[in-house]
Amino acid sequence: MTPHWEHFEHEADIGVRGYGATLDEAFAQAALALSAIVTDPERIHPSQPVTIHCAGSDPEFLLLDWLNALIFEMSTRHLLFGRFEVHIDENGLQATAWGEPVDRARHQPAVEPKGATLTELKVYREANGQWVAQAVIDV
Amino acid sequence: MDIQRLERIDDTEWHIPPQGKMRVPAVLYATQALIEAMDDKVREQIVNVATLPGIVRAAYAMPDAHWGYGFPIGGVAAFDPDTGVISAGGVGFDISCGVRTLHTGLDPEQILAVQERLADRLFQHIPAGVGSTGRVHLTPKQMDEMLAGGARWAVEQGWGEAADLARIEEHGCMAGADPAQVSARARARQKDEMGTLGSGNHYLEVQQVGEVFDAETARAFGIREGDVKVSIHCGSRGLGHQIGTEFLREMALAAPGFGIQLPDRELACAPITSPLGQRYLGAMRAAVNCALANRQILTHLTREVFAELFPDSRLTLLYDVSHNTCKEEQHEVDGQTRRLYIHRKGATRAFGPGHPSLPADLRAAGQPVIIGGTMGTSSYILAGTETSLQRAFGSACHGAGRRMSRRQATRTWHGRELQAELAGRGIFIRSPSYRGIAEEAPDAYKDVGEVAESAERAGLARRVARLTPLVCIKG
Repeated sequence: MTPHWEHFEHEADIGVRGYGATLDEAFAQAALALSAIVTDPERIHPSQPVTIHCAGSDPEFLLLDWLNALIFEMSTRHLLFGRFEVHIDENGLQATAWGEPVDRARHQPAVEPKGATLTELKVYREANGQWVAQAVIDV
Repeated sequence: MDIQRLERIDDTEWHIPPQGKMRVPAVLYATQALIEAMDDKVREQIVNVATLPGIVRAAYAMPDAHWGYGFPIGGVAAFDPDTGVISAGGVGFDISCGVRTLHTGLDPEQILAVQERLADRLFQHIPAGVGSTGRVHLTPKQMDEMLAGGARWAVEQGWGEAADLARIEEHGCMAGADPAQVSARARARQKDEMGTLGSGNHYLEVQQVGEVFDAETARAFGIREGDVKVSIHCGSRGLGHQIGTEFLREMALAAPGFGIQLPDRELACAPITSPLGQRYLGAMRAAVNCALANRQILTHLTREVFAELFPDSRLTLLYDVSHNTCKEEQHEVDGQTRRLYIHRKGATRAFGPGHPSLPADLRAAGQPVIIGGTMGTSSYILAGTETSLQRAFGSACHGAGRRMSRRQATRTWHGRELQAELAGRGIFIRSPSYRGIAEEAPDAYKDVGEVAESAERAGLARRVARLTPLVCIKG
């Protein structure tokens, strides 16, 4: 199965959902869905790496922390991220996100994510073995 | 929402009597049409709020209520200071997001003569949209002063006039702010964001008064048909978002330790008396000050543009309301005056005539309540009523609320075409993002007129005037 992401409906905000054969992949795809709130991820040149670490073992809080860490880096570095490598083990999450500074003409950034919420926050494995990682983002 | 599952009191008041773990009833104020259009999640969320410890009288949903996180957006709940809780999700991420409206003293003809230039100059001068940075960069000491001082601090720095402060809730400065509770990460998110408008549904609009409903109150507010006003909708920017993020998480993890059984962990809360509750209160109030300072700086930037195009104009403040807050207020409950913590999430404070917190020149008329529209539709000015305190602790609605998701909106409209269509109707939109314009399409929102009328019929606030946009700067 191919890793992929989607947005799901929430009345005021936007749900992000990542799918992958592994938890790592599902988290990376959820991050792409987060970038897609702002712009088309394919328009982002993933040139500048930023490393991110989140401690903890609860997969749902780890997803919350991962998305919020990305929102923090996007906001303080004025970056958009287009590629992610995630590694999750019992100690937490180690990741690299690659991105580039916001280019308003090229990216047409629609809206800034304010934070990931606990709404619809779920990390689980489907019957076919595929991992799903999802949360609602306040925009 | 299924109307059959509600107890109808009258045309605009609906009850859910206490059942299960509910400690108080849930009360919804809206016309049948608006109730039927509400998501079932609003019912679930307002029922959940009614289960929280220390809740007083009822959990309320305003006419524009919609599905939020934890509390519905358009939710109001009061808590006892000793037995009650405070909830980060009950305030929202964009702490003290709000609207202020300015008088310009100008006529529409003066605007129409330079409308495009005014739109361009405002867009150049007001930092808006994702990746925009403000001109104001604060040292750590200045940040502390801003967090403690709010709009009062901003005026002291030269952004605005002392007279503005009387027309801001809390006189421009939220007491009890504790900057020490604002994390380094929250401060980092604010370093480039002072004096920025933000994105999404935030805007700066030049508007024309299209209709006056209540001539006497309009006179007291300084509103005449045809007047030109400016409205600014934005909040506490990255600092408030980060505080919301951090405390929502911390409260969700801490709630079981307080013995609070949450029907849903997104109702994350802490006892008001707990150290966590007190830390959140201190940080949240500092974020209120950040929002007030931010709107004050944006007001100053707006005045600079108007001074350039209309050297004789003088922009004065009608009022500044916040619609994501928790405030300590005195209310009468069962004949007794009680100190309560009122959460208003996507709800505007709406104090009626005679309330002591209103400035003397507005006291007889009641508090101005500003209901933001969308870039192609009207906004409304209402006034708090004699009954608003009894109805929902002096609260009213805050806006139209989305009817359609952002994704649906981008499938339905193209930003460039929408901008041209609105220009054809005399509304000039400026935004860094066509996709952003499409996502904010006026028809993606519910009918704000129906929301305002509902608020009036429910006795929450009465309509004073309707404003239509001439220029809109979107983030």
